[in-house]
Amino acid sequence: MNDGNYNDACSRITLRVNGAAKQLDVSPWTTLLDALREQLHLTGTKKGCDHGQCGACTVLVDGRRSNSCLSLAIMRDGAEVTTIEGLAEGQALHPLQQAFIDHDAFQCGYCTPGQICSAVGLIREGRARTPDEIRELMSGNICRCGAYPQIVAAIEQAMGHEEGR
Amino acid sequence: MLRLPQFEVVAPESVADVVTALQRPGARIVAGGTDILPNLKHHLGTPQHPAELPPVLVSLSRVTALRGVALDEAAGVLRVGAGVTLSQLSEHPEVQARFPSLSQSAGAVASPPIRNMGTIGGNVNLDTRCRYVNQTHFWREALGGGCLKSEGNVCHVVPGGRNCVAAMSSDNVPVLISLDATIVQAGPEGVRELPIEEYYKADGLAHTNAKPGEVTTELRVPLPKGPRRSHYIKWSVRKSIDFPLVSVALRFDLEADEATVAAVKVVVGVLGSKPRTLGKLDDVVGKKFGDPAVARTVADAAYAQCKPLENVPYEAAYRRDMIRVYTRRAIEAMAAAE
Repeated sequence: MNDGNYNDACSRITLRVNGAAKQLDVSPWTTLLDALREQLHLTGTKKGCDHGQCGACTVLVDGRRSNSCLSLAIMRDGAEVTTIEGLAEGQALHPLQQAFIDHDAFQCGYCTPGQICSAVGLIREGRARTPDEIRELMSGNICRCGAYPQIVAAIEQAMGHEEGR
Repeated sequence: MLRLPQFEVVAPESVADVVTALQRPGARIVAGGTDILPNLKHHLGTPQHPAELPPVLVSLSRVTALRGVALDEAAGVLRVGAGVTLSQLSEHPEVQARFPSLSQSAGAVASPPIRNMGTIGGNVNLDTRCRYVNQTHFWREALGGGCLKSEGNVCHVVPGGRNCVAAMSSDNVPVLISLDATIVQAGPEGVRELPIEEYYKADGLAHTNAKPGEVTTELRVPLPKGPRRSHYIKWSVRKSIDFPLVSVALRFDLEADEATVAAVKVVVGVLGSKPRTLGKLDDVVGKKFGDPAVARTVADAAYAQCKPLENVPYEAAYRRDMIRVYTRRAIEAMAAAE
């Protein structure tokens, strides 16, 4: 019965987050972003606009970049989720993380986890070849500090690294 | 911080079970979630689903039958499952080869991450949008209590207006209309197929002819029977994560010489609640496609027949000028690509 009383309406879901299986009890209205931040305490993923316009919450879901603020956790039951915390291997930074440092590709840093996750997805999609294509295909991630030239340079460096491997 | 209301989510695995679930009071479909979740966060409802009533979201995330793109040469159509994401549609080799304008429009929606989530079924059912509606509840309260489409009973676009004129803002709908696509709806009374052009009506509160309890399952696009040039062009504020301010879908069918115009269909979006198919384009039939007079004639017809409203940003008069400019540019781009 849809009487609007959902206080007990928790569901148990399983997410594979950064390689580890996590069981979570979530409300139907819990977004993937809130589940990551509030329940798994993975606060690297940021909440910016909270309605899909800024890209700060970008994570990889089953290998593809998505806005976690627009995903319900319950609809991602069983999915493989990669956040900024899952990219480095031990102390060895992911090539994109290193490239962002090398090129000074951030100022305040708030958009950076989303930028890097989005760039990982971009490189995996394999469609960007030129700086113009990088700019176009990174257009879902806004940087209010305006570090765009450095972000594009960092992604170009990481793309070269990936191709050289 | 935008809070979602409390609701229930059910996730059936078959279309039949989705149709059954849609019988529940307050049932609303969620596919990619990229339109309905922001609307729920903004406390926006619809006439059938007032914002005060907690919804039951019927998720299509487990309905694998909706996810295919299939070329049916025998029937002469491309079948696109409603659950196909906009990324998949835009990048599909057959879509890119046979329906360039559809690849362009699917690839022009919002941003790459949103295209990875949003589906074509969701995009053709995108709710109409208005600068006075798609705002936070706080913003609308500051306006004096909303409008016809939200909490209020006045229209801020058309003073004294009683009909909502929120804009059809889907990138794909004008293109699908220009390609004479059909839409397949499954509901309690069975499955029906209708021309997508007839799916929309001029009412911003209820802008589709979907019957209660129906779900869109498929879009069918007829294969071209001869040479064709098609193009989608969109003007928006930022070029990304943006709804169009004006949008134009063009289709020119050519004679076997690949130069003479045999038929033309042009559809303009972001006017009122349904796209407008231009009439009176017979003058360009028989002309050479690359003739500058073709671009001029169609662009002038678009300007004459389309009257944007103040329902999305930028002045209506300027947007009307831009419809002419973008129509001409689209035809010139197609001609230059020869």
